[in-house]
Amino acid sequence: MVASRYETAFKLYPYEKVEAQSGAPVRHPVVIVGGGPVGLALALDLGKKGTPVLVLDDHDGAGLGSKAICFAKRTLDIAHRLGAGAPMVDKGVVWNVGRVFRGEGQLFGFDLQPEDGHRNPAFINLQQPDFERFLVDAIRAAQDAGAPIEIRGRNRVTALQTHAAHVTVDVDTPDGPYQLEADYLVACDGARSGLRDMMGLSFDGRVFEDNFLIADVRMKADFPTERWFWFEPPFKGAGQSALLHKQPDDIWRIDFQLGWDIDRAKELDKENIRARVDAMLSSQTGTVPEYELVWTSIYTFQCRRMKSFRHGPVFFAGDSAHQVSPFGARGANSGVQDAENLAWKLDLVLKGIADHQLLDTYAPEREFGADENILNSSRATDFMTPKSKISKAFRNAVLDLAGKHAFARPFVNSGRLSVPCVYDDFPLFSTDALEGPAMTRPGAPCVDAPVDDGYLLDHLRGFTVLAIGGNKPQPVTAHGIETRVVHISAPSALLAQRYLGGQDAGVYLIRPDQHVVGRWREFDAQTVQDALTTSIAKD
Amino acid sequence: MTVNLEPNIPDPDGFYDELLQAHATLSDEESDAFNARLILTLANHIGDRGVLRAAIEAAK
Repeated sequence: MVASRYETAFKLYPYEKVEAQSGAPVRHPVVIVGGGPVGLALALDLGKKGTPVLVLDDHDGAGLGSKAICFAKRTLDIAHRLGAGAPMVDKGVVWNVGRVFRGEGQLFGFDLQPEDGHRNPAFINLQQPDFERFLVDAIRAAQDAGAPIEIRGRNRVTALQTHAAHVTVDVDTPDGPYQLEADYLVACDGARSGLRDMMGLSFDGRVFEDNFLIADVRMKADFPTERWFWFEPPFKGAGQSALLHKQPDDIWRIDFQLGWDIDRAKELDKENIRARVDAMLSSQTGTVPEYELVWTSIYTFQCRRMKSFRHGPVFFAGDSAHQVSPFGARGANSGVQDAENLAWKLDLVLKGIADHQLLDTYAPEREFGADENILNSSRATDFMTPKSKISKAFRNAVLDLAGKHAFARPFVNSGRLSVPCVYDDFPLFSTDALEGPAMTRPGAPCVDAPVDDGYLLDHLRGFTVLAIGGNKPQPVTAHGIETRVVHISAPSALLAQRYLGGQDAGVYLIRPDQHVVGRWREFDAQTVQDALTTSIAKD
Repeated sequence: MTVNLEPNIPDPDGFYDELLQAHATLSDEESDAFNARLILTLANHIGDRGVLRAAIEAAK
């Protein structure tokens, strides 16, 4: 029996009985538990590299309802590398104009003009079920091309036993239980991670005493594609802040911050919700457009993380490892970065190219990323819900000034958009010998830029030596890794600005997750080879 | 010289956090006193009476 824990939006991987359910347990190199954005991205990345991977999910498709809705550029860049990005960007909503209101009046508006020379926009709004669907489509295409990926729907992990170098897993299915084994198991099973509980691991942090009411409404009316955010909204019962922004398929996401002491049943009453939504939608136009409520829920949020993202052969990635408030869209986006960080490391270790020490670097790098995300999302939350008299006084001073003076606007914080962390001073990276722009320093994820036939990121696959200006370098080989060489003799102005700064030429070593390992003024085979050795945690 | 009313602080979120952290353990009365000391310290750094007068106006 596998009881349903939630409704699904649509089926993506229906249950099918497989031979492995009878007979002795089969050993898999990598088993991923959870077929959400993180588990699917990891499976796709590993499978495309040729490393066999099995995904177990206790449902047979994408969970219904409001989950992640904002996918940032880095996530889209990763999805593009995995062959899933284009349909996401096609379907996703791109918005540039935002307005910040306080009470009846507008404090200020902004226009996020897209930055030139990137394939992907800064972010898109897209419902999580669609994000998962596009990843599964890419997995199906990869499977057809021979990628060793298997997804088993309605396979629920009920117990696990960790041994020194493998894990035994008990799985329940509609046809009864079976056992399997894994060299490595990755828990991508969400904030309420069953695996974390089974292993008795804690998940500590801060619970914010606040409730947010979400209403997704379908509205065919002509309504501006803008993000509207209110501090102290003037509508009756709207709470302390309110947010309106657009998703695909004529859906608008509305959030109301209701405070801590609320009557949940009363707040979820359709009439009450409609009264608030009517007031919000008519606030700028005077008329209530026609709309239908398609989804409502109340959520509270936490900022917390596991002390360690790795326990022997078990890795935690995404919300199972760290949870943030939704402001700034740092949940699913950071989870996809976890997946990308782990994929190439598992791949190299399982192929015997790197030693197992490389896997020790996953947790510290991603714990650092999680701390940065928790810090940013806590700051946004503290601004939106000041916890003391003095923090409220400063918050209101910022809002008072922001209407009149531009200097106060950068302090207004309703969530800072998710950007990936830079692994400054981490051991796999070299010191900056180019002294180029800060945005592309060692540890940073490569920034996109135009090149002759498209975009730079398309050229960065596996380990890449990128030479800009200067002579074409020789390929560097170490420990069975042959680097790809990309030589751009005449860089575009934007490429030079982002990668050279004031220098005439530069050489970059870039690892498979497109983070810069090291950079130099000129190519020296031994130096690059040493950096490559360090980057896979070899001595 | 005129008072600068354009954004001028790098890492505004970091500064804002640091400012509030400085108040974190203070009572309301202590916070008011701290703010007064901070304003006087910053005013001394600015020095220019015209700028200070313009800042007083801008904050009204």
